Amino acid sequence: MIFLKLILTNLRRHRIRSLISVAGIAFSVAAMLTVVTILQGAIGMFSGILSSDSEIIVFERNVSDLFFSDVPAAAVDEIASWPMVSHADPVLFGIVSSADHPIITCFGVTGSDARIRKATWLEGDRNNFARHSDDVVLGQRAAEFLRAKLGDHVPIGHGIFHVIGILRTANGFEDGGVFMPLSSAQSFFHKQGSSSVITIKLRGKDDAEAFKSAVKARFASLIALEDAEFTRSYSQFKILKATAWAVGGCGLVLGGLGVANTMIMSVFTRIREIAILRVNGFSRLQIAAMIFGESAVVSLLGALLGLLTGTCFLVALKQVPALHGYVDVTIQPVVLLIVILLALLTGVAGALYPAAYAMRIRAVEALRFE
Amino acid sequence: MNLSAARSNPGANIVLRAEGVWKSYDDGAIPVLKGVDFQALAGRSVALCGPSGCGKSTLLHLFGGLDTPDRGSVSVNGIEVNRHRNLLRLLRHEVGFVFQLHNLIPDLTLEENCLIPTVAAGVDRRTALARLHQLAGRTGLSHRLGHRIQKLSGGERQRTALCRALMNKPKILLADEPTGSLDEQSSGAVFDMLLDLVATEGVTLVMATHDRGLARRCDRLLEMHDGRIHEPAFA
Repeated sequence: MIFLKLILTNLRRHRIRSLISVAGIAFSVAAMLTVVTILQGAIGMFSGILSSDSEIIVFERNVSDLFFSDVPAAAVDEIASWPMVSHADPVLFGIVSSADHPIITCFGVTGSDARIRKATWLEGDRNNFARHSDDVVLGQRAAEFLRAKLGDHVPIGHGIFHVIGILRTANGFEDGGVFMPLSSAQSFFHKQGSSSVITIKLRGKDDAEAFKSAVKARFASLIALEDAEFTRSYSQFKILKATAWAVGGCGLVLGGLGVANTMIMSVFTRIREIAILRVNGFSRLQIAAMIFGESAVVSLLGALLGLLTGTCFLVALKQVPALHGYVDVTIQPVVLLIVILLALLTGVAGALYPAAYAMRIRAVEALRFE
Repeated sequence: MNLSAARSNPGANIVLRAEGVWKSYDDGAIPVLKGVDFQALAGRSVALCGPSGCGKSTLLHLFGGLDTPDRGSVSVNGIEVNRHRNLLRLLRHEVGFVFQLHNLIPDLTLEENCLIPTVAAGVDRRTALARLHQLAGRTGLSHRLGHRIQKLSGGERQRTALCRALMNKPKILLADEPTGSLDEQSSGAVFDMLLDLVATEGVTLVMATHDRGLARRCDRLLEMHDGRIHEPAFA
């Protein structure tokens, strides 16, 4: 109790300094939480596109980016004929731009694709999909930013397309994307006879291992991964995650420097007090524990405030129409845990030098310190 | 009992002993202690008198393990302080310090300040509080336990420092000008209390002071000059 009071007393004694340190950690935590959650959400959305009514994805082995994956039509046909496969949907990804919109994701799909079948069609008839080569279906947000209505002709990339439908989906990428018939997409992106991936729905989930082995045996250039495996191993996701944590980590380092500054000042301003504690039997470890305790309180308060601020910020972002479907406010418990742990570690790291300094204080000299 | 009496009575219990202690500062540029020999018997009080800078405080710091001699040895209960395997045990259980400035933590209450040594030593709270109430009762501080240090008078602060020093029932109390910052009236009252407590607790008191009037009330009075101890004939 007294020990805790010794920790809190010093924080109360220099309220403004303590608050600034707490704010530093809070901003870092909020930044990390926001960046990581948005990127996790983006990864989740991209995974969601691939796992829509499917549990396995087949793509070209050793490609770093699915946009460069090349799966031949012959492979699609053969895999679709395997008895263990319920359905196999080829998807061709492409990115184009239009006026004012540098990036529009295009999905080349067949009429039987789950994305077309299961989406909510706001306008148009899904049975009309893929009747003409220049037909496209727009996601609701894509229709908004292209200012396109049903029946309009819109410039996308180097072509003009006829809008035959507008659909709504919970996935931000899909909602901001353009769906075109697979053959049209192949022609548009100069990838005749190929797709980027095949999404596979198996008849039985127990067939997954057998399916993967079969793909490996039959197509040396392809690889089949279950959705969870793909999300874990896809290099683009790894890069994104690493970037998110690195950006957040930089923020925490800055926060840690703030804590270090506070703790150094804290130790310097109470050298005599530390000497008194030493004379009264406090060990070096007890002194260090007091300093670490103080920084832990700062870090913990900062982490909690940061989580609150970050969550509020994410909720606010979710309300922005332009970001509809892109921001997932669901904060994963593991992210929460990692953020809190990192904040605490930052606090501890920030207190390392001050604690070492405090441990070295010689009572006999410090008692002369005025 | 004076030093010669102690020597003539080998059965007397010597709790604190210094032999040939030398101490200097600034790499020997400022010699402070020049071969000090000292003994203190259990339960007795010793006053060290002398001009400022003669080495009284330095000697007390060496006795309490806060500093180390350049040469010579200091032992508490037969265990050399400098080779004390656990200096913490010395500070927690064998010596207590009272300084001229009370050296209390201003943001804590009287009670919390006094409990610090028990927290350091891991004494359970109930035992610590019982001891505190006992000491506070004897020093007239029972009604001030919940007060912060800023609210206490100089005399009360010094009595608080005395209570704190005795919380873990040390065998030796090292007091460096314990009444030096008090007026004459408070000084006398605090010193009466100090002598009463060390007598009833059976604590050995080693006190550095300029006040010869107070010093003469101790069992022994030693003079320090030029880094050495001299026992005056009148003591």
